[in-house]
Amino acid sequence: MSADSTPVPAGPTADPEVDPESAPETGPAPAARRRRVESATPSRRERSVPHAGWMVVAGKEFADHIRSARFVVLLILLGLAALIPMYFAADAIRDAASQVTGQSSIFLFLFTIAPRVGEAAGAAAGTTGTQLPSSWEFIAIVGPLLGLAFAFDAVNGERSSGTLPRLLSQPIYRDDVVNGKFAAGLAVIGLVLTCIVVLIAAFGIIRLGIVPSAEEILRITFWLIVTFLYVALWLAFGLLLSVMIRRAATSALIAFGTWLLLTFFGGLITNVINSVLAPRSGSLEEQARNLSLEQTITRLLPDTLYKEASLAILNPQVSAVSNPATIGGYQQAAERIPSLQSFDQSILLVWPHMVTMLAIAIGFFALSYIRFMRQEVRA
Amino acid sequence: MTAPSTRPIRKKTGRPRSTADNDPAGAAAGRARPARPAGDDRPRAPIRTRGLTKEYGDLVAVDHLDLEVHAGEIFGLLGQNGAGKTTTILMLLGLAEPTAGQARVVGLDPARHPLEVKRRVGYLPDAVGFYGDMSGRDNLRYTARLNRIPRAEAEPAIDEALEQVGLAARADSPTDTYSRGMLQRLGIADALIKDPDVLILDEPTTAIDPLGVKEILDLLRSLVTERQMAILLSSHLLNQVQSVCDRIGIFAAGRLIGQGTMPELAHRFGDDIAHVEAEFETADEAGAARVREVLAAIPGVVDVAAPSRPDGAWVASVSPVGEETRVRRSILAAAAATGLDLTSVRSVPPSLDDIYRRAVERAAHGHARDVR
Ligand SMILES: Nc1ncnc2c1ncn2[C@@H]1O[C@H](COP(=O)(O)OP(=O)(O)OP(=O)(O)O)[C@@H](O)[C@H]1O
Ligand SMILES: [Mg+2]
Repeated sequence: MSADSTPVPAGPTADPEVDPESAPETGPAPAARRRRVESATPSRRERSVPHAGWMVVAGKEFADHIRSARFVVLLILLGLAALIPMYFAADAIRDAASQVTGQSSIFLFLFTIAPRVGEAAGAAAGTTGTQLPSSWEFIAIVGPLLGLAFAFDAVNGERSSGTLPRLLSQPIYRDDVVNGKFAAGLAVIGLVLTCIVVLIAAFGIIRLGIVPSAEEILRITFWLIVTFLYVALWLAFGLLLSVMIRRAATSALIAFGTWLLLTFFGGLITNVINSVLAPRSGSLEEQARNLSLEQTITRLLPDTLYKEASLAILNPQVSAVSNPATIGGYQQAAERIPSLQSFDQSILLVWPHMVTMLAIAIGFFALSYIRFMRQEVRA
Repeated sequence: MTAPSTRPIRKKTGRPRSTADNDPAGAAAGRARPARPAGDDRPRAPIRTRGLTKEYGDLVAVDHLDLEVHAGEIFGLLGQNGAGKTTTILMLLGLAEPTAGQARVVGLDPARHPLEVKRRVGYLPDAVGFYGDMSGRDNLRYTARLNRIPRAEAEPAIDEALEQVGLAARADSPTDTYSRGMLQRLGIADALIKDPDVLILDEPTTAIDPLGVKEILDLLRSLVTERQMAILLSSHLLNQVQSVCDRIGIFAAGRLIGQGTMPELAHRFGDDIAHVEAEFETADEAGAARVREVLAAIPGVVDVAAPSRPDGAWVASVSPVGEETRVRRSILAAAAATGLDLTSVRSVPPSLDDIYRRAVERAAHGHARDVR
């Protein structure tokens, strides 16, 4: 090959290299050009566009997510979970609303009321009907699925489809891939949860004619944030699985197995641990201490954290989330005059819960990040 | 794939990468490769490695590799399975960390400036995959976005690349419906979207049909001649490598046991024997015996092999290499003098198969050090 490709555009104006970004040391044009050819300096193409590879990845992933069947299925699932209790509770709420006009937390009933199904029929038969979980409790059960569904195959899916080497050979940093995927997951769960809350609120306003007060709106928004954190925690867990486990089917199995175990048998497991570590026997002092220990153990489960926090936010009557550790504490609690907590008091109660959930989510994400950065590109 | 093999490969046209308002000169100059300054006819090689080494535990996948690929040439990497070709390529892209040694791609260390390198290097992985629910075109659009190519520039570039690899007709079907060869073609288009200076292709033609291969190889050749790209490709298909590569490197167990042009390799790994084929019309056994006698009598001919088929060619082994022309003339003269009915005579170029086999055998016998 010879040095005869394209003619050099002559003159100072025609030199693409003399450009403050690509050639900081603006020397004579020929020198700059030689550097371009020898490729030691960033050229015109590499001008410093603000780096946002993760945004491109996130944009694509987000578009994929909201067009996926998963998205539709989960939206329907969560929508049903939220609306079924409300459908059955509608009468109870209306009754309550007519009785206690002026009370500030009627709208929150939409989220917290746990209806009985078949009460009328049950009364005739001498039974009390079935207790359904409330809307927020349903969401507490289905929420983790939402997080897992958008993460369990995030990285191993790319690996098995052979797109990972291609993706990583584009001019983006390696962490842009995990960051982008996590960001897209967060955006989708935020979207879904907001939709669900808006759906519930709309149902309350339109069907039941009750309008939320400003404080109720604040509480619901805050509960949305807490729920988002909880689902994000599961999203990060799913991402970690997708990085560590090569096969998407295996990681799905582990993800949903964990969800099943913690959601439906979590109480059972902590009961067993508690009965060994914190038996309910001995002196009153001991029992009080053990009860408090028991609560700490139960709080190792993220869903305990979420449930305590949700309850405290959605129910202004909840004035404490922790069991007192001493008999004196119990006495104080008993003497306290029951009153409604203000919004900021409720937030103070659940603050530690939120920080813990955030820390767990960040921990999972950091682990997947580190693992991914060190992994072989090859499948 | 119904693209006719005669379809002309379109010239890659200049494509300004920057917007006119902040770089009018660049836009005017287009994507044309700037000329090298006069007197600098040996530019620094876009791909250079020095003592590049990669170990996986005890296994040395790549062992002190010294390699150079220049702009305007196609370099072929040959080697058995597990020889370390893919590992080398991954290190060149900054996708694997070298254990020792260094690599320079477009003048930069891929481990330290991965973005810069990846922006200018197009890569086709060996098992290339695409997002199955997206169309081929949408997959390329994603690549363009990742490369920050503005949409207005990306669309014509995508159309062009699809056209070049013969996929324009199926560009809007989901890639789930593509055949393996079509995926590989799309992979080549994908590598071209960013308008790279260097192209690294890991087994680019394994699944592509023979006519398609011709097209793809022609495309690679045109990229090299018209745009002075440097192309590094690995392959197991020796005849393709032989036909398209300017230089060839032979890998065995992580070591480059030989590199150079075909004649250089032939010289290094040949047994100093060239072959001349000659066809005769012979009526009977006696005629055949005459031919053998005549051929064997020519100076420089060390061995004569009878044709395997009745109408096949005689093969005369000539030593030393370089004597073929003289031997060919002697055969003509001898045929005229003896009245033998000679129908054709030609020298046979050395085949990469032979060279490769001998190189690998020699390496296996522990001569690797001597032949480096
Ligand atoms: N992640 C890994 N861990 C351990 N060894 C590896 C790893 N990746 C590759 N190797 C080894 O490195 C060696 C070189 O592999 P490489 O993929 O580079 O070979 P190749 O020349 O591309 O082979 P092929 O022709 O089959 O594609 C092989 O022996 C392989 O087993
Ligand atoms: Mg390989």
